[in-house]
Amino acid sequence: MTLYKNLTISQKQIVWAWCFLAVPAVFYVTIRFYPTANAILVSFQDWNLLGTRTWTGIDNYVKLFNDPVFWKVFKNTFLYLIIGTPVSLIIAFIVAYQIDKVRFMHGTIRALYFIPFMTSAVAMAWVWRWFYQPVPVGVFNNFLATLAIPQIEFLNSTTNALPSILAPAIWAGLGFQIIIFMAGLRSIPQTYYEAARIDGVSPMATLWEITLPLLKPTIVFLVVFSSIGFLRIFDQVFNMTTNNPGGPLNSTKPLVLMIYDTAFNGFDMGYAAAQTVVLFLVLLVVSLLQLRILRDR
Amino acid sequence: MKQIRNWILGAATAAITAGGSFSAQAVEIEYWQYFFEARVTAMDQLIENFEAANPDITVKMTHFPYADYRTKVAAAIPAGEGPDVVQLFYGWLNDYVQADLIQPLPADQFPVEKIEAEFFPMVQAMKRGDNYMALPTAVRSLALFYNKRLFKNAGIDGPPATLDELVETAKKIAQKDGAGNITTVGITTGMTGQDHHWFREGLIRQFGGDPYTDNYKSVNYNSDAGRAALKYYTDLEDVHEVTKVGFMDEAQAAFKAGRAGMHIDGSFRIGALNKVRGLQWGVAELPAAADGTKSNYSSYWVNAVTTKAQGEKYDAAVKFMAYVTSDEAMQIWLDTVGELPAKPSAALTETNAANETFGPFIKGLEYAHTTIFANESGQRQIMVDMISRTDLEDQSLADSLAAAAEAEQKLLDEYYQ
Repeated sequence: MTLYKNLTISQKQIVWAWCFLAVPAVFYVTIRFYPTANAILVSFQDWNLLGTRTWTGIDNYVKLFNDPVFWKVFKNTFLYLIIGTPVSLIIAFIVAYQIDKVRFMHGTIRALYFIPFMTSAVAMAWVWRWFYQPVPVGVFNNFLATLAIPQIEFLNSTTNALPSILAPAIWAGLGFQIIIFMAGLRSIPQTYYEAARIDGVSPMATLWEITLPLLKPTIVFLVVFSSIGFLRIFDQVFNMTTNNPGGPLNSTKPLVLMIYDTAFNGFDMGYAAAQTVVLFLVLLVVSLLQLRILRDR
Repeated sequence: MKQIRNWILGAATAAITAGGSFSAQAVEIEYWQYFFEARVTAMDQLIENFEAANPDITVKMTHFPYADYRTKVAAAIPAGEGPDVVQLFYGWLNDYVQADLIQPLPADQFPVEKIEAEFFPMVQAMKRGDNYMALPTAVRSLALFYNKRLFKNAGIDGPPATLDELVETAKKIAQKDGAGNITTVGITTGMTGQDHHWFREGLIRQFGGDPYTDNYKSVNYNSDAGRAALKYYTDLEDVHEVTKVGFMDEAQAAFKAGRAGMHIDGSFRIGALNKVRGLQWGVAELPAAADGTKSNYSSYWVNAVTTKAQGEKYDAAVKFMAYVTSDEAMQIWLDTVGELPAKPSAALTETNAANETFGPFIKGLEYAHTTIFANESGQRQIMVDMISRTDLEDQSLADSLAAAAEAEQKLLDEYYQ
């Protein structure tokens, strides 16, 4: 107590600031860092949730490395990322760029794009699952059938299933990205555009030389944010393929679904934890790379 | 102030004494199961009857969503908390025994010979050494559901009795639109439902095979019988064109919608089908092979005494186990949940066997086999993938079956290593 009394006022303020800051810090350490550390520990062990944990060294990682399903799943996860991120960003930018110019029913149109983002992913996935069914229930295929076009196997196909699942995931995320892009567009000072107009710069050049460079912080944020989202995709895949999770033949299975399946159907917690650690490292590397590449110089 | 303090002290002492004397009379044991409404209602009734017969014992039931169930049980028992009697899926027994969560039923009250004489034979999977570890109240088996209206419209008298008749019946029911898209299936297929059980324990055995050896530790279906069974199954779609895997998303949905003539499913589907208005359905035994061989699959949930129950709680738990495995309890379970009694004495009563709905399931129990799964969803996935490979990647049946057998053996080896 005497120690505290001897402090100056500003030092006391710092002590109090740290006291308040400690609450979220302690909270974070207990609900985030402790389980994370525990997961890393479990990844070196064999545990079925019921018995004792036994130390197995790097066996789980060796098994993972030699598991063809893991590599397939790894590839899928990156396909979700590599297709999902650019496609969603380009569509979102085009939509935002156009909405920004529209005055007629601006709020309504913006709301229409934002509603899917607020909808429960589970409900949406089930509705799309119904859309994709073959005749006689599926909406798309019934439509094709009335036009006498052969059916398309959307979900029951090793090639079409992944894009089919990705489409509603991209659509659902658009609303958020559009709002962020519009905020970014609004924050670009009008004076640059006025100067460009006076100098007679073409609209295309204005887009490339002014709009896009000045949107860079927005783009960096969205790329990182949506990449993490696509690397962690689960709801859409799981709900659209509940009978054959991640199927057919693992063609849509992302890493998170494999982790879930290993942990809560196989009860192989060690192996699941090893997959989690790999996912963690992938997320870390991808995020760091993106920040580095897109960083302002 | 002092008065109040004295009063509180006195009240507390009284409460402790009362509580103490109360517990000397009544033992409270805890029972855990996962939440499924009909099961909870049935168990409430069993507990009520049990407490009436044993006034010195009270049973407290706790239930959890299925998803949390295993985790909670695993965390509670080693900590000395949680259930004295616990419900578990038969396939989890190994894990529970190895983790020391449950203890054997006493041989003097549950003698092995008596259980083997009284219960259906598949319950023998619950024996470890000279004791039974757990016993079911109810069991489930498979049967063929059929749509009476579609049968009548197609001019078919009754459900098929043999596998060949099944194909002929299905052909009469299946319908296609002008473009050749199937719009009503003769029979639903898809390994994601109950068909993988039908294939493993039904078809393979009916074609003369034995799907597993070495107490389900070795895969044995990569054989002529396995290939014949797989050919029969895939021919339904590929040759006879009476079905399509994934038709209307889920087999049971197609049947409920009246778009499927036949559907193989478990007794637990009865309740859901009863709720479908306007659907006229019947149940028949699974079709026999040409030579008359019948085979079925059975699964069940069991109750067991946990290692937490000691002393008087152990005695009470054993008494409770005796009650929930009695004929009376089994009949209550059948009437409330629709699951079949685990003993022939309770199952094969005249009223039960003659029951139009339950009868075929109960008859199926007599020739049912219970697969001992290491990881049921993993092993089902292997069957699903086996069909997908022939469907989507044009792999030959023989190769796909061999690959499935290899994958399943690997899974079993890892589990039993």
